[in-house]
Formats: sequence, structure tokens, C-alpha cells
Amino acid sequence: MIPAAFDYVRAGTAAEAISLIGQHGDDAKFLAGGHSLLPLMKLRLASPSVLVDIGRIADLSYIRDAGDHIAIGALTRHMDVETSGVLKEHAPLLAFAAGHVGDPQVRHRGTIGGSIAHADPASDLPATTLALGATYVVQGPNGTREIAAADFYQGFLESALAPDEMLTEIRVPKMQGAGWGFQKFNRRAQDWAIVGVAAWRKNGSSGVALVNMGSTPILATSVSAALAQGASVSDAAQLAAEQAEPQNDLNASPEYRVHLAKVLVRRALEEASK
Amino acid sequence: MKISATVNGTVHDSEVEPRTLLVHYVREVLGLTGTNIGCDTSSCGACSLHLNGEAVKSCTILAVQADGQSITTIEGLANGSEMHPMQKAFMENHGLQCGYCTPGMVMAATSLLKENPHPTEDEVRIGLEGNLCRCTGYHNIVKSVLAAAEGASK
Repeated sequence: MIPAAFDYVRAGTAAEAISLIGQHGDDAKFLAGGHSLLPLMKLRLASPSVLVDIGRIADLSYIRDAGDHIAIGALTRHMDVETSGVLKEHAPLLAFAAGHVGDPQVRHRGTIGGSIAHADPASDLPATTLALGATYVVQGPNGTREIAAADFYQGFLESALAPDEMLTEIRVPKMQGAGWGFQKFNRRAQDWAIVGVAAWRKNGSSGVALVNMGSTPILATSVSAALAQGASVSDAAQLAAEQAEPQNDLNASPEYRVHLAKVLVRRALEEASK
Repeated sequence: MKISATVNGTVHDSEVEPRTLLVHYVREVLGLTGTNIGCDTSSCGACSLHLNGEAVKSCTILAVQADGQSITTIEGLANGSEMHPMQKAFMENHGLQCGYCTPGMVMAATSLLKENPHPTEDEVRIGLEGNLCRCTGYHNIVKSVLAAAEGASK
């Protein structure tokens, strides 16, 4: 399968990338690792007329301890998130989840920013960063702004990013020793989750997010509310799908997804409660 | 668009369309047909090769993204007529049946050992999760990779 023809330009800096995307209009797309966009283009589900390659903007690949949070450059590859000592110490849930994206070859190319900007509800890192209460930093022609993960996902593959804005940094609050669990249910090793769960818990606080349980990643707020009121893990997990609107597809019916969500939330919270 | 890439140690200057996939570039422009196209959807791993020393799926990368980079295909692994230890291990342990997945398996396995030189059997299985064998010959593939790792540590 070969994508429809397009023009290709390469940006050396974020500012240059934003200027290029502005020049080329709505039909232009950013290309980072390409592991979300190129498969769509090969299936001709996407046919941008221009690709602005941001994959070589070296100063957008970093993982830094920034005091109360960890700052991750948008072009940091999954493999670098997975193996980062800083993240293993301060946000182990994210490092673990990154190690479950696709397979090693995919993780050598795919980037955390690309995964989040693509806003696929079936991807692991949008839900994981949502559970962690991350903030996304985006840069546009008029400067930068911050968007809370909870406000970012607006529909299937739709985000709060304007067409001329670029995600540049992901800020993940330090987990401060919180317990955590990550569950991913799929049929073949490297597939997307049929349902996935990212969860953390500390004292009365928790964050639980669901993968592939609606048109966006879903924050299971009823579960956290129940835990805060002292509910047991298994009782709270019964509320896993309260905020979800699971879809029907070849892999699973909505009813089966709801069942999976309850089981996987329970397992993730049991891990987080150890 | 003009690109220049170092493939198996030799610099190649080529003219490609931006939409040319890396796998089509190595197979059709350079004639290196050892890299196979299997699923063409970044699932099966048959098209795995090394980009800057790491295994990637060449069906999901544009040739223009590899401009200025270093590529190794299965043809570049052997040292002249001397097979790479991983190739030898696959041969000695019957790590292939039909052979279709083999170039991708070998490239993924050599990349795996670079990152984890002494993997456990489980780590090999998980490390090769991006490569599918249509003969389901996984047992001997895993055995081959473990043998190669063992050989390297001798």
C-alpha cells in the first residue's frame, strides 16, 4: 500500500515547523515518528497534501526533572520513555505503559507527542497521561499555552490542538510513591488494547483512565470518587464503565468491553494497592 | 526528492518520491530484496531492518525520513562469506521453516541482543513480539536467539 502523493518539507526547529504548517494550510500535517499517521495514509484514510517532518527537531527529545513534575519533550520516543531512569523513579506508570506500546520496532520510532496529538482512544499513552493528570504544552504562531489532559481529548482522533499548533512538551506530575497498575487486554501481542486501564492510588486520591472505552480516553471518575469515600477495590471497580461509551467492533461488543473494564480496573487497583 | 543514505556501509544517492516507503526504496531502488514485505501494516515485522542500528519496520517509514541515516538490511549482516552469528544460530537450530519471516526475525533479534545481550527465554519471546512467523515456528526461533546470545558470551 502506497500513500497518495504529497509534498514533503523538513523543519529544523519548532518555530520553523509552525511557520511551515501555517503556510501550507489545513491540508498539511506534522510527521513525527509516523507510526500513527503513515498507516492511515497507506490505507488512504488520510491524504494530507503536505507533510512537515518534525522528526529531526533534536531539542524536543528530552526527559527532565522539573521539580514537582517531569517534563518530556514531545519527540521523545516510546523506547526512551520506557527506559528512562527519571521516569522509572518519578512516574513509573508512564514508563511501564510506554513499554507496552506496539512492539520494539514501533517503540524505536513512535513518539509520546505523536501518540497524544493523534488522540486515538485505543492508544496507551493518552489514557495513561490522563490518569496521571498531565499537562500538555502546545506552541502556535502566537506563543505557547498549556492544556490539561482532561480538556485535551474532544472526540475520536480530535484534540484541542488548533491546526497550526504543535504539541511540544508533556508535563507529568511526580507520582510521589503512589501505587500504580497498568492492564492491557489484547488478542495478539502487539495489537491495540481491546480495553486497557492505567491507574494510580495514594491515600484517598486516585486516578483511573480507560483505553478504548469510548471515542476519547476516559477518566473513570466514579471509581476514584468511590475509593475516596472508602469503597473497596472490588466495589469501586464495578463503577469502571460509568463514564464510558464503549463501541462495538470486530473485537468486542460494548457489553464485553464493560465487563473487561470492570475486571481490568479491579486488577489495576489491586496492583496499585500492594 | 534527492536522498542520500548509507546502506550496508555504502553511500547511495537516489531520487525518490516523498511517498516512497523505506521498504520499497531498499527493494526496488537498491535491489536489496532480502527484506520482505509481509502484512504491509506494521504488524508482522517481515520488513524489519536496522535504522541507525535499531530494528524498525520499513513499511511504516518514508525513504525521505531515512535521508542521511544509516541502514543495515539482512544483506549487510554477514561479513563477506562469513555468516553473522545470529544467521549461523538460526541455521544450526533450525530457526526457520518457510523462511519468509527470517530476515525480519534476524534483524529484530540482533537489535534485541544489542539492547539486552543476555535475555531470558521470556525476554526473547517478548522482544520478538513484533515479528510473526506464519509457520508458527517460534520454538526454534527463540532457541536460535538464545543460542546466539550464549555464543556471544563465550
